[in-house]
Amino acid sequence: MKFGVVVFPGSNCDQDCFYVIKDVLRQSVKYIWHKDTDLDGLDCVILPGGFSYGDYLRTGAIARFSPVMKSIADFAEKGGTVIGICNGFQILLEAGLLPGVMLRNRDLHFICSYVYIKTENNDTRFTGLYNAGQILKIPIAHNEGNYYIDAAGLKELRDNNQIVFRYCSATGEVDDQFNPNGALDNIAGIINKKGNVLGMMPHPERSAEKELGSEDGYFIFQSIVKWLKI
Amino acid sequence: MAKDIKNMVKPDVYHSLGLSDKEYQNITKILKRKPTNTELAMFSVEWSEHCGYLCSRKWLKLLPKTGKYKTLIGEDSGGIIIDGLAIIFKMESHNHPSQIEPKQGAATGVGGIIRDIFTAGARPIASLNSLRFGSLSQVYNKYLLSGVVNGIQFYGNCVGVPTVGGEIYFDESYSGNCLVNAMCIGIAKKEKLMRARASGKGNAIMYVGSSTGRDGIGGCSILASHEFKEGEEKRPTVQIGDPFTEKCLIEATLEAINTGYLVGIKDMGAAGLTCCTGEMASAGNSGMDVELRAVPRREENMEPWEIMMSESQERMLVCVKKGKEEQIKKIFLKWDLNASVIGRVTEDGLVTIRDNGKIVAQINAHSLTKAPIYDMPYRKPRYLRKLNKLKLSKIPDSKDYNKVLLKLLAAPSITNKAWVYQQYDHMVQTNTVVLPGSDAAVLRLPATKYGGSASGGKGTNKAIAATCDCNSRYCFLNPYRGAQIAVAEAARNLVCCGAHPAAVTDCLNFGNPKKPESFWQFKNCVEGIADACKSFNVAVVSGNVSFYNESPKSAINPTPAIGMIGILNDINKACSQNFKQEGDAIILLGYCRQDLGASEYLKEIHNLTKGDAPQLDLKLEQAVQKTCLEAIEKGLVNSAHDCSEGGLAVALAECCISNNDKVIGANVNKLNYDMRGDVLLFGESQSRIILSCNKDSVGKLRKIALEFKAPFYVIGKTGGRVLRILNDTEELIYLSLEDLNEEWSGSLKKKIEG
Repeated sequence: MKFGVVVFPGSNCDQDCFYVIKDVLRQSVKYIWHKDTDLDGLDCVILPGGFSYGDYLRTGAIARFSPVMKSIADFAEKGGTVIGICNGFQILLEAGLLPGVMLRNRDLHFICSYVYIKTENNDTRFTGLYNAGQILKIPIAHNEGNYYIDAAGLKELRDNNQIVFRYCSATGEVDDQFNPNGALDNIAGIINKKGNVLGMMPHPERSAEKELGSEDGYFIFQSIVKWLKI
Repeated sequence: MAKDIKNMVKPDVYHSLGLSDKEYQNITKILKRKPTNTELAMFSVEWSEHCGYLCSRKWLKLLPKTGKYKTLIGEDSGGIIIDGLAIIFKMESHNHPSQIEPKQGAATGVGGIIRDIFTAGARPIASLNSLRFGSLSQVYNKYLLSGVVNGIQFYGNCVGVPTVGGEIYFDESYSGNCLVNAMCIGIAKKEKLMRARASGKGNAIMYVGSSTGRDGIGGCSILASHEFKEGEEKRPTVQIGDPFTEKCLIEATLEAINTGYLVGIKDMGAAGLTCCTGEMASAGNSGMDVELRAVPRREENMEPWEIMMSESQERMLVCVKKGKEEQIKKIFLKWDLNASVIGRVTEDGLVTIRDNGKIVAQINAHSLTKAPIYDMPYRKPRYLRKLNKLKLSKIPDSKDYNKVLLKLLAAPSITNKAWVYQQYDHMVQTNTVVLPGSDAAVLRLPATKYGGSASGGKGTNKAIAATCDCNSRYCFLNPYRGAQIAVAEAARNLVCCGAHPAAVTDCLNFGNPKKPESFWQFKNCVEGIADACKSFNVAVVSGNVSFYNESPKSAINPTPAIGMIGILNDINKACSQNFKQEGDAIILLGYCRQDLGASEYLKEIHNLTKGDAPQLDLKLEQAVQKTCLEAIEKGLVNSAHDCSEGGLAVALAECCISNNDKVIGANVNKLNYDMRGDVLLFGESQSRIILSCNKDSVGKLRKIALEFKAPFYVIGKTGGRVLRILNDTEELIYLSLEDLNEEWSGSLKKKIEG
């Protein structure tokens, strides 16, 4: 099984993702330069966090034109596993692989902090190792994490069980006061209808080792590994 | 003779570039002729105080260059070696640009210091900063603080280097001249380190990075080397930062260094191309012949002197082995960066600058870079005699200590800085083990990421801790001792995390060096740092001097910011300041003495900057630190916190509430001091650490303290929802954790956002 981590100019969590897959999960992994188009032999593609193209113009707006994105769309179309973290999520939205948009955080500041999220759907290839409703302690670090979608789109997300993570309290209460960035319906992560593309604002690669204060994010990657082996 | 020279170039020309009559004469002597415009511009920036260290160099020689860890001193940064890994770090000021344009001033300060680190061949792994502003009651100071924080987050977050720590203080002396000192830490395999030099006849001089524009011309000579005067327009001298380009530059540069084809590399920071050509040639004992037409530009019709003085950001000069130019070019082009051969190394020792083939400057590299050294007069300020006297009987004892403690917890210099550090990505690169908000940041160094330790194995258990410290009120009232305390406190902060103090970088911020009283502060602070570092056996491996920090009203407090790195032998033993569990014993290492002078309490409650800096006994300091460190390394300690601004009461409150997820009260009922309540609670005696430990570890801890001869007192125990402090039987403090937390957590945001 093989992971690929995409490197856009300005990606800055690419090396962290690479490290977690290689040294913590001990799986095979390689970098994919954004101008490369060959994804042959890969089982899972990770779009990492960072500031692709400096976030100039709009987050993810330039990166989606990188040559690799066409290949990723084909890869996803064929059922390949894709996960976009933070800036990677923003790129997936811009590329239309996931529905909705990102607005600036409610208080107009960058926020770097641990938050709690609730696993709303554990019946996915990304969350299979979590219990239903499990609460994860996981960091966020972003300027634009204020997820928005129109009413029809939100209804569709809900009806199809596409909302995978919601911001919540340490005890699992989903309420606006535990919403760090103003995201609609406390949405922290969503999946596409087919269930093979996940986008999430929190950083699982930053919470995959005990030393760093939380291992809760580890099981996202481990769930993928387990699902792919089946 | 002097008259003749003045006839050649009008004095207002070189005066406007910041050169004196005498310096101009010197230049004509070196050249044996009248300088060209370009040469004059080059001398003016290279001989500016900012680049040439004219006034400070004589005293900087006092700072120790060796210590208990093996040190490395490069041209633009320095570091230490542990287990075959080089830890490179440096702190630098960007004060005047930030005062004028806070966002870009701070942003380019961060960018500049990061470039100093990766041009040494090290991957930048963490940033810190030391910031100072005037009172937040003034709107412009709020604007400065918000702007500076915005600049740091804008640059640091995008470039992917975590901002893991720092300090922020507020004092009237900084109104009109804020301080922004940025520090960066990098890591490299020892054998991959680069020097900032050019050598080897025929090797290529390559320009890489952003194009050159007219921004920042005179930044170092005009802006950084003079004080602010009323109504001056200096905004055009501030540079504009592009963190995205810098991120690409980091990756491309480290990739290029990895090829082994580079001879040397230097950041085009202050004094831009002038500094790079002159200093790289001089350091390599060579010359270079450079054609300006080959320099990538973003503006039309730039004059040669403008190109030589521009401080456009995200540019570097690289010396590449002859024949390998194309391979190196390819790497930079892959990252969409300029890479252009602009010249060749020569053996004549001359920096030759051509414009379309025509020579516009030709100067001996050593002469250009050997700025004159000045022996500045100094004098102890008269006002100190009066200020240093403090009669306790004349200070009314504020009997309502609860109210005082709440007020101190809300004071901007003390209060929780989460509003600031949550805007910084402090976790990217996934090494931050102790997050901002404790005494120091702790970073792991996984060997699998950084190429392995000398001892081999899967990973190194070692980690580094980093902190910035300086109490400038102490330095104002007693520069020598204040500077010593800055070093001692930095070391104490590291020790509280479980780290061995290892090496220092300093950023020395002072007023106009031509004023003898300012210079006396500088000289005494340097002596204080030197003596304290020698006592801790740590080297000063890098640093920076920033003079002329004056507004029309006054000079700043002398502010020798100390950045210190420590080494943890075992990452699993890293310690933080907050109490961990109920029922633990609370221990005070050190003495509470009659040290009310220069305190935050006098300033905040009585509006007084008075008295002497707290006493400092370096032997006692060592005893306390060694005890704490040994206890942490033996796994006996659950929390450790330094007592600093606000004294014992503030430190205890922080132990109770600084972990938002788990606040724990304390009952401190075993103090027994014959002194006034305010002095005991809020006095800032040095060499004190508050520990907490399991009840049954107290005996073992006491034994360690006895061995190192450190004062050791069990003063209470943790638990409950209240902080209670008694002296003998008198209850001084009784406050709920909610009340403490409300003042401590919410105050900064309220003061800034209203």
